[in-house]
Amino acid sequence: MSTPQTTIFSPATAARFDRLVALYPVKRSALVPMLLYAQDEVGYISDAVVAEVAQRVGITELDVRNVLTYYSMLRTKPIGKYNVQVCTNISCMLRDGYGILEHCKKRLGIEHKGTTSDGLFSLEEVECIGACCWAPAIQINYDFYDELTPDKMDQILEDYKAGRGKETV
Amino acid sequence: MADVTFTVDGKKLTAPAGTLLIDACRTSGIEIPAFCYYPKLSMQAACRMCVVRIEKMPKLQTACTTPVTEGMVVATETDEIKQARKATIELLLGNHPLDCPVCDAGGECELQDMTFKYGAAESKYVEIKQHREEQQWSPVVYFDRPRCILCYRCVTVCGPGMDVWALGIQNRGVGAVIAPNGQDHLNCEECGMCIDLCPVGALTSGTYRYKTRPWEMNHIATICTHCGDGCKTTLGVRRVNDGMEIVRGDNRDKSGINGDFLCNKGRYAFDFANRTDRLTKPLVRQPDGNFAEVSWDHALDFAAKKLREIREAKGGQAIGVIGSNRTTNEESYLLQKFARTIVGTNNIDHHRTADYVSFAAALAGKAGRTASLRDTLTAPAILLLGNDPTNQHPALAWNLRSNVRLHRARVYVANHVEIKLRRQAKAFLQIPQDGYASLVQYLAGNDSAIAANDTTAAFRDALRKEESLLIVFGSEFRGRDIQALVDFGLSLPNTKFAALGDYANSRGAADMGVLPDMLPGYVPVSDAAHFTDEYGAPLPKTPGMDLLQMFDAAQRGDLAAMYIVGSNPVSRFGVDPAVLKNTFLIVQDMFLTETAQLADVIFPAANLYEKAGTVTNTYGDIQLVKKAADKAGVRTDFELIVRLADRMGADPKKLVPFGRGVTADMGQSRGPESGEADRHAVWLAANRLELKLSPFDPFATLDEIQRLVPSYHVSRLELLTGTEQPEKFDLVQIQPAGSRRDLVLPAEDTLFTSGTLGRFSDMMKAVVESHTTPNPAQTAAD
Ligand code: SF4
Ligand code: SF4
Ligand code: SF4
Ligand code: FES
Ligand code: FES
Repeated sequence: MSTPQTTIFSPATAARFDRLVALYPVKRSALVPMLLYAQDEVGYISDAVVAEVAQRVGITELDVRNVLTYYSMLRTKPIGKYNVQVCTNISCMLRDGYGILEHCKKRLGIEHKGTTSDGLFSLEEVECIGACCWAPAIQINYDFYDELTPDKMDQILEDYKAGRGKETV
Repeated sequence: MADVTFTVDGKKLTAPAGTLLIDACRTSGIEIPAFCYYPKLSMQAACRMCVVRIEKMPKLQTACTTPVTEGMVVATETDEIKQARKATIELLLGNHPLDCPVCDAGGECELQDMTFKYGAAESKYVEIKQHREEQQWSPVVYFDRPRCILCYRCVTVCGPGMDVWALGIQNRGVGAVIAPNGQDHLNCEECGMCIDLCPVGALTSGTYRYKTRPWEMNHIATICTHCGDGCKTTLGVRRVNDGMEIVRGDNRDKSGINGDFLCNKGRYAFDFANRTDRLTKPLVRQPDGNFAEVSWDHALDFAAKKLREIREAKGGQAIGVIGSNRTTNEESYLLQKFARTIVGTNNIDHHRTADYVSFAAALAGKAGRTASLRDTLTAPAILLLGNDPTNQHPALAWNLRSNVRLHRARVYVANHVEIKLRRQAKAFLQIPQDGYASLVQYLAGNDSAIAANDTTAAFRDALRKEESLLIVFGSEFRGRDIQALVDFGLSLPNTKFAALGDYANSRGAADMGVLPDMLPGYVPVSDAAHFTDEYGAPLPKTPGMDLLQMFDAAQRGDLAAMYIVGSNPVSRFGVDPAVLKNTFLIVQDMFLTETAQLADVIFPAANLYEKAGTVTNTYGDIQLVKKAADKAGVRTDFELIVRLADRMGADPKKLVPFGRGVTADMGQSRGPESGEADRHAVWLAANRLELKLSPFDPFATLDEIQRLVPSYHVSRLELLTGTEQPEKFDLVQIQPAGSRRDLVLPAEDTLFTSGTLGRFSDMMKAVVESHTTPNPAQTAAD
């Protein structure tokens, strides 16, 4: 087993990775889930994450980067604690997704892909997040908020700021 | 596989089932344009340039991924197809800069050619082009991103081809870029294959970048000066003030035994030839101990007079001669003839890197048992014992990898270290460093020779099941061990052998009798009858001193003079300079090496890229060397030996049989072609006419070699057309050697060293430095 002597991950995640690589006929199939779990824990895919994941999967760091850079959900730079992803795809666009996006920009004082100075929020315009029937929709980390209006949006941001978000850990 | 018949552009073609349409067409002379497709690399279907119309298929198909089938009807050049290609080019040019006037690929760029053929006259693309600065990924690899058309050839040649995997693809869609493994730099074998395969000027070579244009060079195919594989390299040369300078090395015309493969050395390490500190004037040591530049006349006279005096006063035994493993066969041959007939001594040797004598003895009289380098690409099963081909025989390593990949060859590797080729091996055995002989005993059936276990048993069983086997062994095997290995091999049904030695012409030096106890063709010195007839002079009959004995004799004061050609024994064998203080030393070399520094006379010599003749690679493939570069002031070793002999009072006509039994054609019979004799070598050879009117014509000596060394009876015409000719090993006449002293000293070269020559290549030094102290790239990749 190629478990590294020292790991940058928590014992739980490290154990999860050990299991993951054994799940598939070839180790490299575990790459994408591993990256996602690593991102949840570390916040982004750092060079250290790339190095350790490559070692665990038995591929080169370049191989890891080839995959990592392909998926827009995986990020290589740190972002805020809460990643506000605003959908502006067709359904949301028709129901003023852009309005929501603009509103967020103003509220948070940041642009697309920006992070607030307190490190609490990041903002991102994204493709369809699969909540079209309740457009316009956003996703904050793994939680959805739909049928939004600017007021509702304000409320959500306030809740998160005050530690009352759905996922506030 | 069975053949299938199909129709392309109305022509009926046949090809084995499974052949890719693009290959089948190309074989029949129908060119299908392609960017991402490259023969023998994995399929990409990334560029859509090769689209063709296949009857009954609803859409255009990519010829690079479609196998031919029975009855297939194909059109390759219709208006519809042209339109599709035009659209493809337009997309490719979306971000492509208008760089052609400065781009290295300008003039030999596949994109340029295709744009000319299919391109639209105007672009619908109005957005600003995405620009990125050029990045330096390594001392030899530069990347100009906007020029890249994302064909992935570089990625596939580095991955499956080189087994290095140093290049990858990052981001997706329009953002996709080729990226190196070190994020902003390459960490790789620096072979430059990626540069060569790149159809555009995206990857460019550190040695050639922005130096010249393709049409300003002459292109000359000759043999690489570095390792024993003897790759053909096509050198791009151009005129400079003091001769012809080499500016590029590649082999993209796929001429010769290595196809288009070249390693880092073959591709870049020609720069030693262009160095400014090369010796270009003869030097003679003055009474004050310093060197002074003197005229050729003076230097030759001085050296010859001294040698003559010593010969007359003390006899030939007081003189030693050391040859080179980088000179041509003709030069090595001439040197031994010089030593034996003019100096009158068998004190002649060279830096041996493999025990070719024992190999020849073990296979004496056996026909068809030696493998050419080409065989390693096709043999169904190969046993590799010792050596690390990735580092020391890169072309062999490339062939083994390709053979496994393309023909599913079974490679068995036994080594004392985990060499990289184990990744391609069907079975790998790690054995103790001194365990090679016992392993052979074990393979031959002696169960107690090694501590056998299931792995070793399986290794042996698998080997024994092979119906034909190619055994490639390194210099770990010498003397009796080679005999035992060959005996074992011959006990199997169908075995061929290859002995691995280093340097461009180690094999040739041994074949040509640059040995104290063997004449050319491994004829013992005691049995020189044949040679005596041809040379018209008696030869010394007792074996002379070998290289080490010569230095011992010098130390004792028993060696009054030494003539060292293209070799640096002082550094390679760690000779104490004091040993030579009472020996008159003549050195012939390109640089002021450790040995040359001790000399009394130094003659500036040409290198292998600056002369004509033949060399023999370690597999026994004889190939032609062509003069590519030129440097004012230097002379070939051939000429220098002849001149020295002449001044010593010898008859040059006896040394070099020029004009003997050959007809010269001065051009009269060729009409309009007269005066271009050098370009008509093939024509001349075909008409049994060769210009041999000069004592400096190496081909006159090749005539003599072919008369005296039966294994070199190969087709001259084939040699002259650039095809390698396997040495006829069954014609080697050798008596089983008694106990000979083992003097093999492997070069231990890596991918970035080449004996003492390596340090005179700035490129190789730069690569070594960048691998030990990585310095951040000038422009970071992002
Ligand atoms: S130089 Fe050779 S090893 Fe390096 S990236 Fe290019 S193909 Fe790969
Ligand atoms: S760098 Fe050259 S070989 Fe590599 S993908 Fe780009 S165009 Fe093709
Ligand atoms: S493999 Fe050997 S002969 Fe071929 S290019 Fe490299 S050094 Fe030269
Ligand atoms: S379009 Fe916004 S969720 Fe599908
Ligand atoms: S050559 Fe066929 S798609 Fe590129």
